[in-house]
Amino acid sequence: MEALLARCVAAWCSGATGVVGAVRLSGGASQETWSFDITHPAGNIGAILRRAPTGYGAAPARAAGLDAEAVLMQRAHAAGVPSPRVLHVLKPQDQLDIGFIMERVEGETIPRKILRDDRYAQARPHLARQLGEVLAAIHGLAPAELPELRRMTATGEIAELERDYRSFDWPRPVFELAMRWLRDHDPGPPEQLTLVHGDFRHGNLIIGPEGLRAVLDWELAHIGDPVEDLGWVCVNSWRFGEIDKPVGGFGAREELFAGYEKAGRRVDPARVKFWEVMGTLRWGVMCCGMMQRFRTSPEHSVERAMIGRRASETEIDLLRLLAPRGRA
Amino acid sequence: MQDEPTPEELIRAVADFLRNDIAPGISGHNAFKLRVSINALDLVARQLSLAQASDAAETARLEELLGRKGSLGELNRLLADRIAKGEVGLQTPGLAGHLWQTTMDKLAVDQPNYASYKRELGRKGS
Repeated sequence: MEALLARCVAAWCSGATGVVGAVRLSGGASQETWSFDITHPAGNIGAILRRAPTGYGAAPARAAGLDAEAVLMQRAHAAGVPSPRVLHVLKPQDQLDIGFIMERVEGETIPRKILRDDRYAQARPHLARQLGEVLAAIHGLAPAELPELRRMTATGEIAELERDYRSFDWPRPVFELAMRWLRDHDPGPPEQLTLVHGDFRHGNLIIGPEGLRAVLDWELAHIGDPVEDLGWVCVNSWRFGEIDKPVGGFGAREELFAGYEKAGRRVDPARVKFWEVMGTLRWGVMCCGMMQRFRTSPEHSVERAMIGRRASETEIDLLRLLAPRGRA
Repeated sequence: MQDEPTPEELIRAVADFLRNDIAPGISGHNAFKLRVSINALDLVARQLSLAQASDAAETARLEELLGRKGSLGELNRLLADRIAKGEVGLQTPGLAGHLWQTTMDKLAVDQPNYASYKRELGRKGS
C-alpha cells in the first residue's frame, strides 16, 4: 500500500520523498479509509485516503459516490466550511481504484470525550451555535456548482423507511405509530431545495479545544429539505446521555437556530421536530438493519447483533417525542 | 425438569469471569469486542430473569386492547396493522400506556443505562 501511495503522491506533491505509516482506519461496506504521512523536506503532511476498491461490494443506493464526495468537499472548503482540503482525486494510473486523498485534520470525534473531557470545556458552550452557522453555509452552497446528487423529499424518505421496516417482517407498534405521525405531519416540500449533508452528527465532526475543525463523511449528501440536517443533529441517539442538551449533548436548539439564522435563513421549529422524529425512526430502522446483516452475513458480528438491540432506544425516544408523559 | 444452576446463573458466572479475570488482560480492538460480548451476556441474563413476566403482562394488555386472544407475535402484528391503518392511535384509550409499558420493559432488558429510560423510570406513568 505504501509503495502505491508513494508513487501516486510523487505525481502531484512536489518535493514529496515518500509515504510512511499507512494504516487502515475503518471498514465500511463499500469504502476503505487509510491514514498515512507524506514525507517532505518542509515537514511531513498528514493525509487520508478514502477509496472504494473494485469488487468491494456495490455502493449503497443512498451513497453520493466518492467522486461526488470529493467535489462536495472542495466546494465546501472553498466556501469556508471547516472541511479537510482535498489534495488529489485518484486517477486510473494511480492504480488505487476510485477515491481521493485529503489532508488529515487532527482532533477528536469520540462523543464521550467531546462531551466530558476538560480539554473541550471551552468549546462546548459555543458548539451548537457554530454548528448552526456551518449548516447554513453548507445549505448556502450554490446548487449549480454541485455534482449530480440524489433528490430526497420528506414523503420519499417516509416511503423508503417504511419499505425497509416492512422488509424486516417484525412488528413494531411504536415504529408504526411514528410512521403514521410522519405521514400526518408531512410538511411538504421546503421553500428552497438545498444541499443536505445527510449525516451531520457526532463521529463526522472533528472537534478541537477551540471548536469545530472539520465536517467529514459527505457520503449521504443529497438535495432536499435543509431542515433535515437540523433535525438529525438533534436526534437523542447523538446526545450520549446528555439528554437535556438536544444538539449533540452540548447545546440547546435555540443556539443552533440562532447560529443558523445569522445567515438570513429562517427556522421553523415544527419542521425541525418533524425531521427529528424522522431521524429517530431512521436510526431505529438502521439498528434493525444491523440485526439483519448480523443474521445473514458470514462475519456473525456480536457488535452488529447488539446494535440490533438498540432499536428499543429509539422507541422510547419516539414515545418521548410523540406521547410524552407528565413531567416528574 | 432440567437441573440447577439455571441458565441465568450460568451466564452471569461466565460474564463475571470474562469481566473480572479476562478483560483486564486484553487490549485493542479485541478489548472492545470483548466488552460488547460481555454486554450481550448481561443482556441475555436480564432477559432470562425479566421477559417471562413482562411478556405475560404485555399479552394480557394486548388482548384487552384488541379484544381477542392470541400469541404475543400475532397480537403485536395485529396491533401494528391497526396502527398502520389508522384504526387505533394515541387517542385510543390504553394505547399510549401500553406502548410505554412495553417499551420500558424492553429497555429494562436491552439498555437499562440508557438516559431516556432512567429519566422515565423516575416518573409516575400516566
